[in-house]
Amino acid sequence: MRENLILRVVAKSLFPIILLFALYVQFHGDFGPGGGFQAGVIFSAGWILYGLVFGLADLQRALPPRWVEIGTATGILLYGGVGLVSLFRHGNFLAYAVLDHHSTVHGLHRGIFWIELGVGITVASVMVAIFYAFAGRANQR
Amino acid sequence: MTVPVEFFLFVFLIAIAMSVAWVRDLFAAGMLLGIFSLVSAGMMLLMDAVDVSFTEAAVGAGVSTVLFLGALSLTDSSEKSSIQHHWTGLLVVLGTGSLLIFGTLDMPYYGDPAAPIHNHVAPEYLLGSRVDIEIPNVVTSVLASYRGFDTFGEVAVVFTAAVGAMLLLGGARRRTAASSTGPDGPPGGA
Repeated sequence: MRENLILRVVAKSLFPIILLFALYVQFHGDFGPGGGFQAGVIFSAGWILYGLVFGLADLQRALPPRWVEIGTATGILLYGGVGLVSLFRHGNFLAYAVLDHHSTVHGLHRGIFWIELGVGITVASVMVAIFYAFAGRANQR
Repeated sequence: MTVPVEFFLFVFLIAIAMSVAWVRDLFAAGMLLGIFSLVSAGMMLLMDAVDVSFTEAAVGAGVSTVLFLGALSLTDSSEKSSIQHHWTGLLVVLGTGSLLIFGTLDMPYYGDPAAPIHNHVAPEYLLGSRVDIEIPNVVTSVLASYRGFDTFGEVAVVFTAAVGAMLLLGGARRRTAASSTGPDGPPGGA
């Protein structure tokens, strides 16, 4: 679809806005609607739009499959890591209150921030990975 | 008396679902499923579930439509036509459907404040979110804090799904090796 000028211009101008909106949903999720799952999907939707318009090869040059694979595991490890950190700080697994020495609420906020980031990274990478798996098959034929 | 918007959306949903079952062109069916997701996103928006709504819009109408197209590019774009009707199948579907509808007769009405789900743990979460966690968005505090274990499990499920898809569909690594040394090379060049 890269021959289509209008499609290319629209995709190119929408792409940063979609990513910015995903970041907003990710980091503003405590106050507005949103959170890791939604942000991850929106983030990956931006990349997939890029891939649809400019082709799989361009997308994979911008976002190597290796990174995507690493990302799928990084997110869930980050989530589990927050749990382990709270264990090491003499709390229960995923009890974020111990993450900040001074205030329970700050500890909770810190924990929620990191686990939502983990969710976002995993979901975004998984969506792109599945897209790569499908689109790559089509290329092989 | 005014007919609520939900009624029209429900009629739309049923009509789209019927036409998905009816249509033989798989491309059209994929597009209709995308529209189905968009309409249900609108319904969830009406129910004040903004989070669910834009997840549905992004996943259902966006990403899965793309994946349908990807799957269609691997197969034929029209279904193998079968003229014969299976009456037993129709009977089973009608029977299950009417049992399900019969089951909903016992459920509380839509928006009923006395429904059990609004009186079990929900008040505790709704009140606690502001006081204990100081986060205005209750969905985030339930998902991330009150039910952090569940969410951890969900992320694990998502991760497992991706690993399964990569293993089944050939994985990312093998394909890059194939496409970089492939006969056609990357379209568009460097």
